[in-house]
Amino acid sequence: MTTVYDDLSDEESGEVPVSRIKFSINGRKKIAEVEPRLLLSHLIRRGLGLTGTHMGCDTTNCGACTVLVDGRAIKSCTMLAVQADGHAITTVEGLATASELHPLQEGFKEEHGLQCGFCTPGMMLAAKQLLDENPDPTEEDVRWALSGNLCRCTGYQNIVKSVLWAADKLREGQS
Amino acid sequence: MTSQALDEIKIGGLGASRKRVEDNRFIRGTGNYTDDITLPGMLHMEILRSPLAHARIKSIDTRRAWEVPGVHLVLTGEMMATRNLAWMPTLSYDTQAVLATDKVRFQGQEVACVIADDPYIAKDACELIDVEYEPLPPIVNPTQAQAQGAPLIRDDKENQHDNVIYNWEVGDREGTDRAFEQADVISALQLHYPRSHPSPIECCGSIADFNRSTSKLTVYMTSQAPHIVRAAVALVAEIPEHMIRIISPDIGGGFGNKVPVYPGYVCSILASILLERPVKWIEDKSGNLISTGFARDVYLDGELALRRDGKILAVRMRTDADHGAFFSDAQPSKFKIGLMHSTFAAYDVPVGHIMARGLYTNKAPGGVAYRCSFRVTEAMFFQERMMHAAAEDLGMDQAEFRRINFVRDDDFPHRTPFGFLTDSGQYGECLDVGLKAVGYEDFRARQAAARKEGRLLGLGISTMTEPLGAGNSREYDILGIKMFDSAELRVHMTGKAIVRTGAKTQGQGHETTWAQIVAHELGIPAEDIIVEEGDTDTAPFGMGTYASRSTPVAGAAVAMAARKVRAKARKLAAHLLEVSEEDVEWELGRFYVRSAPDRGVTIQECAMAAYSNMPDGMEPGLENVSYYDPPNLTWPFAAYFVTVEVDPATGVWDVLNMVAVDDCGVRINPMIVEGQIMGGLTEAYAMANMQFQTYDAEGNCVGANYMDYLLPTAWETPGYELHSEIMTPCPHHPIGAKGIGECAAVGGPAAFVNAVMDALSGTGVRNVDMPLLPDRVWQAITTGQDVSGAPPVKTGD
Repeated sequence: MTTVYDDLSDEESGEVPVSRIKFSINGRKKIAEVEPRLLLSHLIRRGLGLTGTHMGCDTTNCGACTVLVDGRAIKSCTMLAVQADGHAITTVEGLATASELHPLQEGFKEEHGLQCGFCTPGMMLAAKQLLDENPDPTEEDVRWALSGNLCRCTGYQNIVKSVLWAADKLREGQS
Repeated sequence: MTSQALDEIKIGGLGASRKRVEDNRFIRGTGNYTDDITLPGMLHMEILRSPLAHARIKSIDTRRAWEVPGVHLVLTGEMMATRNLAWMPTLSYDTQAVLATDKVRFQGQEVACVIADDPYIAKDACELIDVEYEPLPPIVNPTQAQAQGAPLIRDDKENQHDNVIYNWEVGDREGTDRAFEQADVISALQLHYPRSHPSPIECCGSIADFNRSTSKLTVYMTSQAPHIVRAAVALVAEIPEHMIRIISPDIGGGFGNKVPVYPGYVCSILASILLERPVKWIEDKSGNLISTGFARDVYLDGELALRRDGKILAVRMRTDADHGAFFSDAQPSKFKIGLMHSTFAAYDVPVGHIMARGLYTNKAPGGVAYRCSFRVTEAMFFQERMMHAAAEDLGMDQAEFRRINFVRDDDFPHRTPFGFLTDSGQYGECLDVGLKAVGYEDFRARQAAARKEGRLLGLGISTMTEPLGAGNSREYDILGIKMFDSAELRVHMTGKAIVRTGAKTQGQGHETTWAQIVAHELGIPAEDIIVEEGDTDTAPFGMGTYASRSTPVAGAAVAMAARKVRAKARKLAAHLLEVSEEDVEWELGRFYVRSAPDRGVTIQECAMAAYSNMPDGMEPGLENVSYYDPPNLTWPFAAYFVTVEVDPATGVWDVLNMVAVDDCGVRINPMIVEGQIMGGLTEAYAMANMQFQTYDAEGNCVGANYMDYLLPTAWETPGYELHSEIMTPCPHHPIGAKGIGECAAVGGPAAFVNAVMDALSGTGVRNVDMPLLPDRVWQAITTGQDVSGAPPVKTGD
């Protein structure tokens, strides 16, 4: 990979500070050189080309940009890429294996837990953290765990069902 | 008879709750939204917006922005004007500034754009543009707009001497006056339906790609109506229509917000033409909330003339609509306040009169149909709040009052007082289903018992029919373009097929349901049919998806195209079976010889014959296009029931139960229909509870981001109980379907508000304007007075 810049004969143009970070994305190790102000969501979307992580609101409210950092759901629009140095990031693209969907992905389809699909990756990742910590959640647990993620299409009822469907399936797989 | 017809549910036909095919990409994160598209050499555009609501622009100095490394272009209104693009027409025969030249007329108005290598650079450079403003007094509501000596907002328009956009009336004024003279009781109510923003999670955006070598302009954009955009671009940018290709890729929710043409789209197009490179513009959330199509913001002065026994004699409504700085709704051209006059369509009201006024203010432009068929949301909200107040005034039971005024099942077709023709429904039956489900009598007993303990329980009812699926083309057009829609069906030789329509899905599941309609008509399994929409180079011309019109219009076109294909397939079947066409019968998926039912050919065999073994003289191929102009609107009915408990100490109210009874005719995919209803109910709950945009006296938008513009999460949102027992097919739709997408958002809000008002009955409070924030409810309980949600008026300093 190479980046070509316009030669603007401008001394200042060469002075954009760049930080070098190491991190892993969906299990693959990466090195990136980033402007310190680059948002993690932009590193994921534009730097890595993983466009399943969406950006909705810029203010940490909507949760469309939710990814897992070391297994914890965070909103990648409000984390700097440099803060990901040394951490493991999971995005929606890392949920399925080549041959198999994650039960959350299946659950969202089975229970009609999505319409326009824009909030879905963030919802699934927020739900993943919940199920990793609590394999047998109540409806209330699910609603609380997803309360940092907005959906404008579904009214949430089917999202909750989708997560419970996935919880059931994951538990069956373990028993 | 030895039927070999296919099992319709098994092949994913009508009535199958087929899982959605579009989900396969969305759950993997491989959807293709506008911001996901990257083109070679693509640049990025950011918009500089006005911080002031009303100000004269004295100067714009862009020199420092041009000097930022990586900046390619800085656009201002002055530059746009040299191309005759500083202003553009709206979809309602007004004009709208693309980039401001003379004045800014609302906070957030587009003033300049920067196009740079990177969005961060573009944003940096925007901040280096120096704009000198001379502040002017802002107007933030219709009262101020009409005041004597009010500043003229639209001084750019010739012959515009005040802030009035339109005065429009409908109905029978004299007849209504006479009915009011004979009334035993007159029930009056003043309401404000607050300004709201549809606020899909995905904001608006575009990537314009002008190719000098082909002279072709391709624009990827978040449009619910790509063909309308193509026409608008052809008119505004003076590019021949065949050289414009609009592609709406996946859309992250629309809800009416993505119907209009916005300045950002236009600027990205001009920038791409000037730079001969692709230019991407992705709006941020504040930009979306403060500048793009809002909804509602209508004030009502309503009265019902009533007979003592509860019969409604007449309805009278006066409305003032705050349209912001530009009249940029997308309304049918005949109806200035949309379909406001569909109000009271479910009730047998002999006569009525509506006067509607539209006003300019220094607020964001719009008045779009947010999950709404052109102002029916306001129409039905006003109706159901007036019904609630009238029943209270008469001392009648809420359910009974509605029942005695319903249009009866045997009264169809029924002409409403404002000229609509409703055609079908079982209103009383829907009411009964809901009353039983919500446990009406029991609840009333519990409510009375709770009252004695000082607890406030309430039950709200909202019942309505609404006009969905514009057109017909006789009455409905946008800028003169008739409101029909279209579908193209191509059956390939192996019996697989592709459907394209002029609609554009944004989550409604067209890729799933259109295939189901074809499966129903032709017996081709739904999984053998793909659906494609949103590309104006390939899809037939259509008016797009909004106003719950996809199933009523484009869906009907799909069925009609399939029927044309079936008619040709029948000829092919007769040829293959060596009988005359009259001797051929159809059952799902198969033609057979009437006298020998075992002798038959499948639709797939007919398809193969269309390419390999057609009779002499027959045109090869098996495909057709249908342009469908519906004979009437469709009229779904809904009855919504909400029970709440209000905490008198805090004004907080909790939903105990919500029952929705929807009769939307034949349900193509019941799972998807229920998804639409639950989504609509949540928007209704949001509207009643928290979601609104207001402005302070200086015209600052309060609600310019998701920290201030509150949307319900999974935590607050109640659960819903849905009922589909009552099904009245649409008499004119090819498969009997009616619109559904917006019913719950239209009819729902009044159910929530009525429930809270019911809890407050006896306190003397007749109205609290939405949203029913705890402080408003608390104030009403504490003072026993109504609480208005009208924005503050600047009192002068």
